[in-house]
Amino acid sequence: MAADVLCIRNLRVESTTGAVLVDDIDLTLARGEVLGLIGESGAGKSTVGLAALTFGRPGCRIVAGQVLIHGKDALTLSARARRQLRGVRVAYIAQSAAAAFNPAMTLLDQICEGPIRHGLLSRHEARARAIETFRVLELPDPEHFGERYPHQVSGGQLQRAMTAMALSCRPDVLVLDEPTTALDVTTQIEVLAHLKELIALQGTAALYISHDLALVAQIADRIMVLRHGKAVESGPARQLLEAPRTDYARALVAERSVASVQSRLPPDTGLEPLLVVDNISVRFGRHEAVRAARFAVGRGETVAVVGESGSGKTTLAMAICGKVGLHGGRVRFQGADLAPGYPGRSREELRRIQLIFQLPEMALNPRQTVARIVARPVEFYFGLRGAAARDRALELLEAVGLDGSLAQRLPGQLSGGQRQRVCIARALAARPDLIICDEVTAALDPLVAEEILKLLQRLQQQLALSFLFITHDLVTVRRIAHRVIVMLRGEIVASGESGEVFASNHPYVERLVAATPEPRMGWLGEVLHERSLIQSPHP
Amino acid sequence: MTSGRPPALTLGAVAAVSLIVLAVLMAPWIAPYAEQDFTGGVWEPISAAHWLGTDNLGRDLFARLVYGGRNTIGVAIVTTAVAVFLGGALGLTAANAGGWIDNVMSRCIDVLLSVPVLISALMVLSVLGSSVPVLMGTIGVLEAARVYVVARSVARNVAVQDFVAVARLRGEGPIWVVFREILPNVLPPLMAETGLRFCFILLFIASLGFLGLGIQPPAADWGSMVRENAQAIYFARYAPLYPAAAIAMLTLGINLSVDWLLGHSNGR
Amino acid sequence: MKRLLLERAGWGLLTLVAISALLFAATNLLPGDVAEALLGQQATPEALHNIRAALGLDQPAWLRYLHWLGGAVHGDFGTSLASGRPVAAQLLPRLGNTLLLAFLAAMISVPLAVGLGVLSAIREGGVLDRLVSVLSLVTISVPEFFVGYILVAVFAVQLGWLPSIALITGGMSFAQRLGAIALPVATLVIVVLAHMLRMTRASLLAVMSAPFIEMAFLKGLSRSTVVVRHALPNAAAPIVAVVALNLGYLIVGVVVIEAVFVYPGAGQLMVDAVSKRDLPLIQACGLVFAATYVVLNTLADMLVIYTNPRLRHAR
Repeated sequence: MAADVLCIRNLRVESTTGAVLVDDIDLTLARGEVLGLIGESGAGKSTVGLAALTFGRPGCRIVAGQVLIHGKDALTLSARARRQLRGVRVAYIAQSAAAAFNPAMTLLDQICEGPIRHGLLSRHEARARAIETFRVLELPDPEHFGERYPHQVSGGQLQRAMTAMALSCRPDVLVLDEPTTALDVTTQIEVLAHLKELIALQGTAALYISHDLALVAQIADRIMVLRHGKAVESGPARQLLEAPRTDYARALVAERSVASVQSRLPPDTGLEPLLVVDNISVRFGRHEAVRAARFAVGRGETVAVVGESGSGKTTLAMAICGKVGLHGGRVRFQGADLAPGYPGRSREELRRIQLIFQLPEMALNPRQTVARIVARPVEFYFGLRGAAARDRALELLEAVGLDGSLAQRLPGQLSGGQRQRVCIARALAARPDLIICDEVTAALDPLVAEEILKLLQRLQQQLALSFLFITHDLVTVRRIAHRVIVMLRGEIVASGESGEVFASNHPYVERLVAATPEPRMGWLGEVLHERSLIQSPHP
Repeated sequence: MTSGRPPALTLGAVAAVSLIVLAVLMAPWIAPYAEQDFTGGVWEPISAAHWLGTDNLGRDLFARLVYGGRNTIGVAIVTTAVAVFLGGALGLTAANAGGWIDNVMSRCIDVLLSVPVLISALMVLSVLGSSVPVLMGTIGVLEAARVYVVARSVARNVAVQDFVAVARLRGEGPIWVVFREILPNVLPPLMAETGLRFCFILLFIASLGFLGLGIQPPAADWGSMVRENAQAIYFARYAPLYPAAAIAMLTLGINLSVDWLLGHSNGR
Repeated sequence: MKRLLLERAGWGLLTLVAISALLFAATNLLPGDVAEALLGQQATPEALHNIRAALGLDQPAWLRYLHWLGGAVHGDFGTSLASGRPVAAQLLPRLGNTLLLAFLAAMISVPLAVGLGVLSAIREGGVLDRLVSVLSLVTISVPEFFVGYILVAVFAVQLGWLPSIALITGGMSFAQRLGAIALPVATLVIVVLAHMLRMTRASLLAVMSAPFIEMAFLKGLSRSTVVVRHALPNAAAPIVAVVALNLGYLIVGVVVIEAVFVYPGAGQLMVDAVSKRDLPLIQACGLVFAATYVVLNTLADMLVIYTNPRLRHAR
């Protein structure tokens, strides 16, 4: 159509080894329109986004298709002509602002570089435009903000600076590659609101890439779902949210909806709590990472510890399992005090508390087979050897839903979800009473994460396990936690049964709950409206 | 790791290295004369009797070359072994221990590294003489410092990974953690470093021999052979170039092979 | 940042002192009597007594060390055992010769290395890049004396353009002097160039794989703009470190090259001293070489600190 600013037809991108990254992608963008591109990692979203700039990462090649910008196929242009388009007609906003900026140049230099190098503005004009954009983005001291270096400003400010850089040439199309993924939920809202405002102001068309359907729904007019490099479904945002046609899309929507989730009540066993954290504090030098923390975990119970980055939730977990020392207070397990550091604990004590980490690729020794990894705790704690250990390992793999044929593989040959299951099997091998899960689903795709959560719940029922679940995602908490602890800057600000805490009127808890995107239209508008009633500081 | 057939250059390199090593190992069978036999005139050109001509004292160059190779390469291998085991063990220990142990060790090694190898070696050799054990010990220790830096760096990267923490939190002792968790992941880069160290040590021993301070005559050694025959060049006899070329081929061959193994191929 | 700079300078000074002690200790760690070992067969009681007096061996080791160090700071390194003349008088002119060689080699190789390294990185995978890569790999794999003798064989013996021995006499004109040292300088340049080139290229390519470089490309900048304006400023620190490291390497290469061309430099002096076991001379040469190396490395580290943008403009 004549009004289309960007039109991609039959796009096919392959890697240099021949693997197909995306195939047969069609999309159009009209002026001022926002298209959300959803999919799991590896689905090809970034590849499509970069293709809009006629760019392929090293190792990727655009082998077929057309990228029509204002009706002209950019792929047929010379290298120089394509360079003229980048940043000018189509601009890119990366996921990590810290990685996008050159540490040796001032922000202003980098932001003005585009228009100056492309001959669009003089240095003076470019500077004026940049300062104006700073003002719109509500950055502090707009006149002089640009004179700073990237490491001198905060994460949220840097993200906005990146937006200013992308808009410096007044592009027709903006490709936003997961711009808020690395930010806290509360910061996310601010950035999202600014983006929406700017896009509306300048009439830019936008391609918004993300894995978070609920979030994208707040800003996109239309949504396209990608899976394994192919388009699965696409349509208006409202339709995708309220009446998805494909199973995959339906699953994605359901994963983020908490409306149907019932609050879980803690099991009433009447027994003494398994773990008692009694007024502990942890210090790193002069900085107090955890202060006066006090709570308990019962048998067969899941307690979630929620907080944003810097809240101290991970430090709390590390203190409980003995990886960091205590500055004060004590940890009691099954009635007895635990030594503050793990070298001081007995093998039995160590066995009963197990830990699962966030990144499975770092938590598994790349040179040990799955069988070896899972059998080791069995050997170490229970003295089983040889065939007996092997058999037990296979049993454990089965219990976590992995096929025995994977036993001889190395971790590098497994998918992210499979690796995390191996980590769970390894934890189970010790027959623990308590498993501490440190953001175990944060690095996984939403549907895979959901499966892992279901697995954990099943195991809890079968084995009467207790979980201390560290997370930043409230949706996950609602699904699996009996009780919740909310942390802010090292302190516990709210704790209690899941349902109660979420209904609490502690200001931070309210803000946290409000900031979690829900998969329905207009949610962002509501939150911003409420926000404007309460003055909130900027990051 | 690059997959597929190695380029022709690498295959050639491996072939050259194998040839040299084979010739050197088979010295007693393929050398027409013994190491010290005076069988001809001074600096005779290439002939049927003397495949590479004779040296400055009338000894057969080819025989000296293959026997000399045994000395030079043999000393280099032992020295490399000393350097890698010592440096590797210390590096791994420092990485695993962390804290003040790591600090103290690294500072000491830093001081040792502040002096170029040649200067340190010359200082020690001037006092202890240039016998083979002293050579192997001195150069071994000095090179161990360099291996330490690499081993420690790699081991530290491994030691901070979560799977090491898992093992520690399980209650595994430090020996298990170092040998079963850290070492297997440190070996590949260490092997590459071993190859490179060997080349450097070979060149260094040859240079010392060239300066007259390495393996002492009358034992044949590629470095001192260059020194003994240096004058021949002024008479357009290329006797000193043969041992020098042998050193060059061996080192180049190993470097090319290691380079390919590290995933590079001629500049890409 | 000032604090870091001072710290690094301080640490450099400390290292110098530590090395001087180590060097002193190394030459005095003979099992048994230093004097007997030095004289060997000629160890008559009278000769032993003379040597002991000459070396001051009757004093405790640490006192001897301080004595020596004190003298060294003032330029007095004692007397040579072999020639009986003051060490400093022998060392100074030779040191001048060596510095001339090193200086010329550095002047030529550093700009060449950085320039070629940048060009290779700009056209990564291109003809120049691959040629440079192969040639530099070959050069660093072969011994320095091999390069030296090849040059002699080609330019001195076969073509007769240049002298094969770098004989410098007092009455030579500047042009004659240059002609005499052309080959040794050329050899040194080739050797050091190869090392520096590889490291410069590697540093630059490492910077080129940083994510902000991709962002620069996505802004539509050309490859040369990206390399020069974005990559180079960030590669400045590692390149400086590389150059300093190789200047130190130059010192070592110089010793071998001087032997090849029979050049009257400090390297030759040290090698001779070692074979004659002339302790005071060895100590002096060792200290001078080591000190140069330490100073260069300290300066390099300080430059790295100075050019780090995060440290220049703190929060």
